[in-house]
Amino acid sequence: MKRDFKLPDVGEGLTEAEIVRWHVAVGDTVKVNQIIVEIETAKAVVELPSPFEGEVAALFAAEGETVDVGNVIITVDDATEEALTESLVPEEPQKREPVLVGYGVKQGPSKRRARKSPSAVPDRPAAEPVPLSNGSDRRVAVLAKPPVRKLARDLGVDLAVVAPSGPNGSITRDDVLAAQAAPAAPAVAAVAAAEQDFIPVRGVRKATAAAMVSSAFTAPHVTEFLQVDVTETMNAVRRLRELPDFADVKVSPLLLVARALVTAMKRYPQANSTWTDEAIILKKQVNLGIAAATPRGLVVPNIKDAQALTLPELATALRDLTERARAGKSTPAEMSGGTVTITNVGVFGIDAGTPILNPGESAILAFGQIRDMPWVVDGQIVVRKVTTLALSFDHRVIDGELGSYVLRDVGAMLEDPLRMLAWS
Amino acid sequence: MTAPTTPPELVQLLTPEGERVEHPDYDIDLTAEEIRSLYRDLVLVRRVDLEAVALQRQGELGLWASLLGQEAAQVGSGRAMTDADMAFPTYREHGVAWCRGVDPLHLLGLFRGVNHGGWDPIEHNFHLYTIVIGSQTLHAVGYAMGIQRDGAEAASLVYFGDGATSQGDVNEAFIWASVFNAPVVFFCQNNQWAISEPLEKQSKIPLYKRASGFGFPGIRVDGNDVFACLAVTRAALRNAREGNGPTLVEAFTYRMGAHTTSDDPTRYRVADELEAWKLKDPIERVKAYLFRNQLADQEFFDKIEAEADQLGRDLRARCLALADPQPGAMFDHVYAEPHALVDEEREQFTTYMSGFEGAQ
Repeated sequence: MKRDFKLPDVGEGLTEAEIVRWHVAVGDTVKVNQIIVEIETAKAVVELPSPFEGEVAALFAAEGETVDVGNVIITVDDATEEALTESLVPEEPQKREPVLVGYGVKQGPSKRRARKSPSAVPDRPAAEPVPLSNGSDRRVAVLAKPPVRKLARDLGVDLAVVAPSGPNGSITRDDVLAAQAAPAAPAVAAVAAAEQDFIPVRGVRKATAAAMVSSAFTAPHVTEFLQVDVTETMNAVRRLRELPDFADVKVSPLLLVARALVTAMKRYPQANSTWTDEAIILKKQVNLGIAAATPRGLVVPNIKDAQALTLPELATALRDLTERARAGKSTPAEMSGGTVTITNVGVFGIDAGTPILNPGESAILAFGQIRDMPWVVDGQIVVRKVTTLALSFDHRVIDGELGSYVLRDVGAMLEDPLRMLAWS
Repeated sequence: MTAPTTPPELVQLLTPEGERVEHPDYDIDLTAEEIRSLYRDLVLVRRVDLEAVALQRQGELGLWASLLGQEAAQVGSGRAMTDADMAFPTYREHGVAWCRGVDPLHLLGLFRGVNHGGWDPIEHNFHLYTIVIGSQTLHAVGYAMGIQRDGAEAASLVYFGDGATSQGDVNEAFIWASVFNAPVVFFCQNNQWAISEPLEKQSKIPLYKRASGFGFPGIRVDGNDVFACLAVTRAALRNAREGNGPTLVEAFTYRMGAHTTSDDPTRYRVADELEAWKLKDPIERVKAYLFRNQLADQEFFDKIEAEADQLGRDLRARCLALADPQPGAMFDHVYAEPHALVDEEREQFTTYMSGFEGAQ
């Protein structure tokens, strides 16, 4: 007999969970209480044990999919006879399962239902609404008994547009049924719904949103800008490419920006830090985060111990990190423990931005596009390679003075890359 | 003033490695049979807990508060009571309930939402679970003052956690117990975490030392040592019955699982801490002791294991068979005697419920 396991509410009033990883596949044999799947709810990552013994007959949700509580996620065949009587019992209508806290979990149909557009409500004029004795707005004070309200809810009828016929202007059961029977007009709202698309919020998008909101509303951000003549950096990049040490790896301006930022972090350890309410934690390691746009969304893996790497090693680490990120293979370890981040907005043809800190870090550098600009050198206007740097920092940890020093020094190192040698 | 840098001494009779040690003030003489029986309780209680966690994960319980790691504190203290003593639990005392003869099914019924605590507190001398933090300490002190006035040969034993010691109720209970010299034992399972709040954010001094400020003795016991928990609680209860007033027992233990199934402890505590406490497991040390002293053989351990599995299967089957109560049943236990107002309310409610689609 095939037995369905419905996604339970594992945390007092949760309505959905994301399937993180299946531990079983179709055809596997499972025992009672064997872990079959990991799910992530709003509260926790939780392992679910199988309530049945038998062979896995079907899985109904893919990894990464968000499933509503009450939907079947797995079917297990326990190899017993099909109980005929059970299959003859019609599906019960939507029923609330008791839980300890809250109003219970409603068992809905499979997958998420589409949002109901207002057109579902019969567009019937509320012919002569009976005025209430106190003359208040009917939209605010609709009178109906709780069972009638439930009936209306079940039928998708908006009580505000139902003409009441009961005592004191109250809506009766018959009023609701009559309103439902009225022809539903194809309302303007239906067109509006067709003009909108809905992208489910989950995975990287969900995590990014949470991280950005948490960062933006906890760390007071300040952003400073600096335009820099990077002609010498471009020359250095060209010459480095010719060195045999860099034969197998790409040398880009980003590499020198990375090295400059790491060097600045060593000069100003307080910028390489985390704010906690008890203490500012100065990190001895520089774990350099690189914000990467990937098909899955924004991810920020970091290069551990970047201060200990030689320039060729840093170049290799940069390449590996971005390749793994684009392939969606960044490990959780790579994505945590960062101490400072670079976001390379220049690749999008942008000069500057005001980046939001990666949570737990105190500084982030936006590296703008490099372009030919008129620049004054020795009193003459000449064409130079110029970029814009923007440094956002957590003002709880970094004052304007320190933030300015960090940005000024990064700029100075890019203006004259020899300074990197001098300062590292 | 600075906090003490060395950890205060705690009463221990069985080391984590399963070696018996002596303590000048507390000792215990247990027969091999008694030790095997303690072992059995520890294993069965853990099995009940594991099954309940699984049932919650399968949507069969709304919630569960796991006792994993606290078996020795509960079984040791639970077995220290006489039949006449009265226990006041929190919502995590599944091991104490077991020792008081409460069918674990009743505990599951509460967390499944089909009863409000399905056992008779008087029959088992085990009060209903209390969800409000710490309020049961006041009930226990009141009960103890009743014992005192009856002149009975009994004491009350109240359970609470480290977090509850920050509650006003608990401190008021300490004061009343102290000034009335009530026959009560305060049994605090310090499992180090009040949900996500670590103990060091709750108290500048070890919890057992708080008792001296209220005017009664406090003692810290290794909460993962079932022998020590039994010995210390037994002595404290005897002391209370003999009219010498309250004692605070701080059982120093660790919550190995989440606060409840709604909680994710990996978000606020480090894995190292858990690993360190795994080495102090309350069951392994008794097993090691039994084995080393040849008080039990492999056959015994296998038998207990099989019994535990059977208990788990049986409990699962009975839990799934628990019937949902009729909504009107909530009126049945408001008053012991018939009551006109409740009857009227029941009538109204029945009429209201029959107004729904598909109502019986």
